[in-house]
Parts: sequence; C-alpha cells; structure tokens
Amino acid sequence: MSEQTYSKNELMICVAARLFEDSTTCFIGTGIPMLAAMLAAKTTAPNLVPVFEFGGTGAIMEELPRAVGEARTWHKGISALGICDTMETAQRGFIDYGFLGGAQIDPYGNLNSITIGEHDHPKARLPGSGGGNDVGSHCWQTVAIMQHDARRFVPKTDFVTTPGYLTGPGAREAAGLPRGTGPAYVVSTLALMDFDPSSKRMRLKATHPGVSVEEVVAATGFELVLPESVEVTEPPSAEELRLLREEIDPEKLYV
Amino acid sequence: MDILQSGAGELIQPFDLDEFREWNRTQKSRKLVDKRMSEQEAVSQFVYDGCYIGTELYGTVRAPMSLAREVVRQSKKDLRVCGQGVLELDLWLAAGLVKKLDITYIGLEVYGTSSALRRAVESGQVEKCVEWSNGAITWRMKAAAMGVPFLPTRSMLGTDTLAYSAAKVIEDPFTGAKVALLPALVLDVALIHVHRADKYGNCQIEGISGFAVEMSRACKRLIVSAEEIIPTEEIRKYPDRTIIPYYLVDAVVHAPYGSYPGEMAYLYGRDEPGIKEWVDMSKTAAGAQEYLDKYVHGVKNHAEYLELIGKERLQSCVELRERRE
Repeated sequence: MSEQTYSKNELMICVAARLFEDSTTCFIGTGIPMLAAMLAAKTTAPNLVPVFEFGGTGAIMEELPRAVGEARTWHKGISALGICDTMETAQRGFIDYGFLGGAQIDPYGNLNSITIGEHDHPKARLPGSGGGNDVGSHCWQTVAIMQHDARRFVPKTDFVTTPGYLTGPGAREAAGLPRGTGPAYVVSTLALMDFDPSSKRMRLKATHPGVSVEEVVAATGFELVLPESVEVTEPPSAEELRLLREEIDPEKLYV
Repeated sequence: MDILQSGAGELIQPFDLDEFREWNRTQKSRKLVDKRMSEQEAVSQFVYDGCYIGTELYGTVRAPMSLAREVVRQSKKDLRVCGQGVLELDLWLAAGLVKKLDITYIGLEVYGTSSALRRAVESGQVEKCVEWSNGAITWRMKAAAMGVPFLPTRSMLGTDTLAYSAAKVIEDPFTGAKVALLPALVLDVALIHVHRADKYGNCQIEGISGFAVEMSRACKRLIVSAEEIIPTEEIRKYPDRTIIPYYLVDAVVHAPYGSYPGEMAYLYGRDEPGIKEWVDMSKTAAGAQEYLDKYVHGVKNHAEYLELIGKERLQSCVELRERRE
C-alpha cells in the first residue's frame, strides 16, 4: 500500500489503465484515455495497440498526444493511414476496446457530448460526437471515464450521442447495432462500475479507497445496482504515480 | 422499400450524382496548367458567400490555417460548414461567418470546449446544427468519392445523433437487419493543406492522411495550400505518394508554416503558447475580436502574418517536430 498522496484524477487514470488487456486493440480518445493507455503500455499492457481515429495505429506513446491527429498518435507506429481505415477496422470487428468520455452518462451507459438542454435551443453547446458515436457503436467493449457527480450521472441524458445499452436488454441489437457489443466499465473519480448482465444497468463494482458506498450513491442521479459485496480499488502504486508525473504528464495537463 | 426512421436534420447540401458527374466532366480541366496563386486570389476566386465549405485535417494538425485566416479577412458570409475543427472553424465562428453546420466535433481538444462555438450556437447566430459522427461524415464524402448516392453504416443507430442527422434507417434488403444510410456529400469548396505539391496540384502528404483522400474527391472546388512547391519530376519519382492528383485541384497556394500554430508532421510541431493564446482570448467575444484584429485583419497576408510571429518562434516549432529516428 502506498503512503503517497494522489489526486482523484491520478487514481481514476490508474484504475482505467489496469483495465487495458495486453495485445488488444483499443480506440483512444483525447484526454484522460490517452494517459490511461500510456500508463497501461508502460506497465501491464506493453503490447497494447492504440488506435487513434484520424489514422494512427500502434504508436509507441513516448509523449502525451494533445490531439487525436498529431504525430504523437503514430510515433514509431505500425501504420499511419486515414480515418476510413480506423473506423472501418472498428466496424468490421477488429477493435476490442474503446475508451470514451462525455458530459453526461445514464444508467445504461449512454453518453452525451452534444447539448445540454434542448438540441435546437441549447443551454450549452458541447463539441459534438467526434468519433465517440462510432467507437460506442462498433468497438466490442467500451469503457467510459467520467468525473462523478449527480449532474453527470443522470437518469436520462439530455441527448444520446453515443450508444450504451440504449433502453436496456436487447435494445442495441434491435436498433441494428453489432451483436455482442456494449459498455463494459465506467471509471469515475469515486468508483469503478460495471453493468448488471441481466438488466444492463450500471452496477457498483468497487469504490475508491476512502470513498463510502453512500457517497457514491449520493453522487449518482439514478439508482445504481448494488451487489452483495463491493470491492475497494487498489490505490496508485509509487511506480504508477512516478510514471504519470514524470514520464506521461510532466507538463501537468491532467495530473 | 420502407424507411424505418428519418433523421430530422436538414440535408444541407442535397446531392445529385449526374450533376456531380457533369461538373467533373465540364468544370474540372484535365489540362496541365499552372495553378499557383496567393491565398488572397484563391479565396477571392473560389470561396463565396453562402457556399458549403470544409477543411482538412484538423485545427492543430496539418490544417489550412493561412487559407482559413484569409476567409475571415475577406469576410465570406453565411457559410454552410461541414465537419470538425479546432482553430480554423473557431476563427470563422468567432467572426460570425457561419450560418449552418454539418457538425461532428468543434472543440479545443486538451483545452476543452470551444467558447466561440458556444456563443455562436447558443445565441442562434448559427441557425442549424445537423449532427454526424466523424465516421459518418467521412463516409458521406467517401460515397461521393465513389460516385454512389449513399453508403450504409451501423454507426449512429439507436441514438439522438441519428435523430438529429439527415440519415435514414432502412431494412437491409439482403438480410432484413436495420442499417443507416448516409447521403453522399459534395462540398462547394474544400481547403486542404499538404506537405508538398507541384504547380499543377499533384499533392503528397506525410504521416496520417486523415480524410484528405475522401474530401479531395468530394468537392467541386479544391484549394490546396502546400508547405513546399516541388518540380513535377520529383512528384513522378514517388507517384505512390500522390494522394491528390492534379485534376482534382483548382488552386495551389504556397504556404510555408501554413498549419501554424498547429503542427505539420516532420516539419514543425505545435506552438503550444500560440494555441493557448486563442484558447484564452476566445473565452470572451471581445477577446476573440482582439485576436482577429491582431492576427487576421492586422496583417495583409500570410507573409506578413509570419513576420508578426517572428522567425525565432517559428524555428522553435521546427525544433519540436516529429522526427524519423
């Protein structure tokens, strides 16, 4: 157990990084997913194949990319092609994981990154789908990484940008989305969640160290599925923190 | 055939396959003519008020920034804009030039949401936002590039993204499964920045190609800006690298540091303080205007802009370039 102090973001990145399996293909979005992928590649998943939507596949991520198209996304990579290659690779079932973010998430893992309020007269206009919808549609499993509070974990998102399990069991397949796909985990600043296999609703899997189940429930705007026993995530190790602070994000953009 | 669902978004630019073919037959010369001109000439000749326009690749990556600034300088209005962007589309939004958006992503990436987009959309200045995913918008261009009226995809199904797009859902006539149809998209004008081109418009790119292949084949007019203009003999030595052949191109603009403050792979890296300057100043309308006054209206052309930035600063970006080692 580490005695070191760490931020919520650092813990979230470490928990997310541990979800990457070695020798898998992973679609990586801008921001926290990039840090998690870099940490995974330097620790438990050295043969991870990161895929960046504008064409970079298999980069050795020595420096943190600040955009999904910059040269760091194909640095010493396997290929540098275009967006059709990466998206079509996902559509034909070659991408194992997709890592996503959003402004809001609902119990079925649907994500919103388009508007708060009504679409045509929004209270807040957010950036848009980008590749998010494609990642959530085609990758075998998706992992969402989110700040945890009741404004973000909502019963119904103002807009469904990226599909989770939509309205529940069977809804993805009924909509025409690829069979056997969907959200696997949600990593937040408070906890790690997965999805109940029968109801497809978000389920608390583990709280972060020092966080109570009650705190997680209070910060969630919908009813979380609570299993009989809730695990506690491992705090960041000294080595994980060193890698994050010294090698991955020395400019402190995120940590 | 039954249409199971129709997105409520406007089809901003309806597509006519035969009209596009006719255009390509009659309006796109196969003659090898010198197409070199300045940003000022190219934008004045081919970009017009109300046109449907797009840029490639992406605000901070191989983006046609010198052309984007010239569009602001000439104040081309009521633009209908396709796609995704960072700095380039932010400048247009801040200058109040955008009327409609086929939008996939406009944001500042690592620096968060775009204040210029928020102001322009939340105030109603941008009249319509039609939603698409990045995959979908590129496949729409790919359909036009293929010369077919639409492409099927499984992106966007089941979501509000589809409900607010102009896609349609049908039953696949072969399998009965639901599938989304993406209408082909042809831009009136496309702006693409490349590493090198010859005077006729044969273009080569280093690193990822983004959607340059699709966009260059899905537009009526294509303005290319290039870091370097090279002899055609050099192009012909590596024809496998030519992803945009000359007959697609209407104007060739020599624009060294054309993507600055964004990066150009193997030539120069991002100017992080330069990007942050826009991020900070664009937080208010007044700040954005001040930025435009200084960096767009305050200089006559790209050469003057580069003088304003200064050799030392540009050289520091060269030091940060991606290297092949």
